[in-house]
Amino acid sequence: MSHHLTLQNIEIRKAGQLLLAADTRIGPGEVFTVMGPSGVGKSTLLAMVAGFIDPVFATKGSVLMDGRDITDLPIEQRHVGLLFQDPLLFPHLSVAGNLRFGLPASVRDRKARVQMALQDIGLGGFDDRDPATLSGGERSRIALMRLLLSEPHAVLLDEPFSKLDAGLRSEMRDLVFGRLKAAGLPAILVTHDAADAEAAGGEVLNLGVGSA
Amino acid sequence: MIRLAPAIAVIFLTAPVLFGLIGVILPAFGWLPVLGGNSLTLDPWRQLAAQPGVGMSVVISLLAGLVTTVTALGVVMLFLAGAGNGRVYRWVRRAVSPLLSVPHAAAAFGIAFLIAPSGLIARALSPWATGWDRPADLLIVHDTLGLSMMLGLVVKEIPFLLLMSLAALPQIDPARRVAVARSLGYRPVTAWLKAVAPSLYPLIRLPVYAVIAFSSSVVDVSLILGPTNPPTLAVSIIRWFHDPQLEMRFLASAGAVLQLGVTGLAMGLWWGAERLVGFCARRWIERGARAFCDSLLRFLGITLICLAVILAAAGIVALVINSFAGFWRFPDALPQAFTLRQWSRAGSGVLHALGITFTVGFLATAISVVLVMASLENEVRRARPSGQAAMRILYLPLIVPQIAFLFGIVTGAEAVGFRPGLALVVAGHVIFVLPYVYLSLSESYRQLDPRWVMVARTLGAGPNGAFWRVRLPMLLAPCLTAVAIGLAVSVGQYLPTQLMGAGRVPTVTTEAVALAAGGSRRIIGVWALVQALVPAVGFALALMLPRLLYRNRRDLRDEAL
Repeated sequence: MSHHLTLQNIEIRKAGQLLLAADTRIGPGEVFTVMGPSGVGKSTLLAMVAGFIDPVFATKGSVLMDGRDITDLPIEQRHVGLLFQDPLLFPHLSVAGNLRFGLPASVRDRKARVQMALQDIGLGGFDDRDPATLSGGERSRIALMRLLLSEPHAVLLDEPFSKLDAGLRSEMRDLVFGRLKAAGLPAILVTHDAADAEAAGGEVLNLGVGSA
Repeated sequence: MIRLAPAIAVIFLTAPVLFGLIGVILPAFGWLPVLGGNSLTLDPWRQLAAQPGVGMSVVISLLAGLVTTVTALGVVMLFLAGAGNGRVYRWVRRAVSPLLSVPHAAAAFGIAFLIAPSGLIARALSPWATGWDRPADLLIVHDTLGLSMMLGLVVKEIPFLLLMSLAALPQIDPARRVAVARSLGYRPVTAWLKAVAPSLYPLIRLPVYAVIAFSSSVVDVSLILGPTNPPTLAVSIIRWFHDPQLEMRFLASAGAVLQLGVTGLAMGLWWGAERLVGFCARRWIERGARAFCDSLLRFLGITLICLAVILAAAGIVALVINSFAGFWRFPDALPQAFTLRQWSRAGSGVLHALGITFTVGFLATAISVVLVMASLENEVRRARPSGQAAMRILYLPLIVPQIAFLFGIVTGAEAVGFRPGLALVVAGHVIFVLPYVYLSLSESYRQLDPRWVMVARTLGAGPNGAFWRVRLPMLLAPCLTAVAIGLAVSVGQYLPTQLMGAGRVPTVTTEAVALAAGGSRRIIGVWALVQALVPAVGFALALMLPRLLYRNRRDLRDEAL
């Protein structure tokens, strides 16, 4: 159940100017980090891999999942999970409803799976809670668990720790990277925080101000 | 399918207007083969010029358009300039949506019941202040110059322009602008007028032109409060159109084209005034005077808007009292007895009309909401925002006078063998409901963070799944508000119902307005009150449902309305 993600000769341009170029293979449990200050277009790589890049950007190259080209597939068929800096738990669903949203429709015994997942992250019995009543750390953990339950083949992390306070940040870093490694998922991390890149421990692409 | 939605919406907004205009312009020059008009002629125009009082009708319609708009816009601007963020501001802000939802006809009846010689105001002042022990023989309602009609229109257009302004203001950050100007030594009201008003006006320009179009061509308010001898141009046109002698249709068509010219002239004059005021205002702003009658303007702004709100609310109270009134001698402020007699007498008719009102309202609103949501969904999916052109199309049915194109549609539909009736009424309502549903829904639709849908998609939901399972539930409150607004707009429509239904589709509005000429005030009270309550039911549901469904979902529970 391990996957690998290949970025093949990728180039992203806006108005003819090169924003970003990447060519790498991310193996199971590895993290490829894109570093750089805000506004240099590092999130466009995530948008391209996930499949919602704005047409103002011109893209070249292909994204391969386990050797299969997914560059032109619709978002939902790519099996690429996404974590933003906000947990984005759906406000109209309960905690369990959010996790069930993540579970593929083919999964049986949904209730038990959700309960197990909650216990796994130390939130047993939170099933019927309103996400609005949870703490920031609890929401982040549920967002991570919702992502993992959706059985992604690769994961994209868009500054996922930047809104957490310092203590929580290192705890979440350990949790996220530990889970991704355990699940054997390749990941792309976009961040401006060098400590994130260090904790991720993989290849780093540095987009300096000069290259923007 | 969803890709077709914007095109269908555009057709709904433009085709009836263009089709309808052709349907009046041709007969105005004698061309209407079903009635034997096979050649172009100026006879309808000669006939129109020979109508007694037509000149006066034109003058009143023109005045009504301009005076109503100047007054309503002036009051709204002074209020926004003077009220700051205080208690009056919050109070008026809360009153504005309910006031806007009261149909024009109900508000006009309420005002008539207040200001008539035997109305509540005269009763409250008699006999101790006026010395009257029977109703004075004064022509207040239906006055020759149309002043009470303009009053009724102003009271209804103030909430409309105020709501449009409140929606536009956040874009231009008024608090910071005023703060900057005040730090340069400008008094608060002057600061607002010099630093905020010039940026606000362009944002509410289309609604202002819609007010000009509406008040220069209104029919229902004019029948209730307007002059009778001669009536406004729009009322004359309706009379000619309904004349049993079918040849009068040629005259009515010429009148409708004239109405188009009158409304166009009013807009042209307004456009010229915009240039002039803009020129003078620029010099005034740059001259640097720090104060300009600050306290007087603040006083005027607050007093006038409170007066308008109180007048509208008191009008509703007057409807309630009249609908339950038993025996009521003149100078008595209140009836000697209250009774349910007129309610039970009107009961079955009211219920029947209510059924039709809700049927038409829900069908028109449902069609509009589906078209608007499909257009907006198409827009966000293809990341292609609609531009200024879309706004112009949206306002087209609101800026061309209803009367100038509606009966052209009827004439045209009859010519191709399509009979007036419920279906045509619903279609006619969609023309006017659609723009308001779009205006109400588009902002919340675009403001929803796109990442919600992205998250749903990466979790495996398709585009449609993301819409039904995420976007729609998260936008439930704004959607229900749009439905309530659509219903309120539909309920208020008099002319489309009357014309497209050929008088055979009785809604609470057409029935209430039909009583304007000589109906008993108590029965009118019943009908007008019911008419005012229908939109209120819609808004109450829009307010309550999200709270009920999302009682355990804090982030969605409290954002309704």
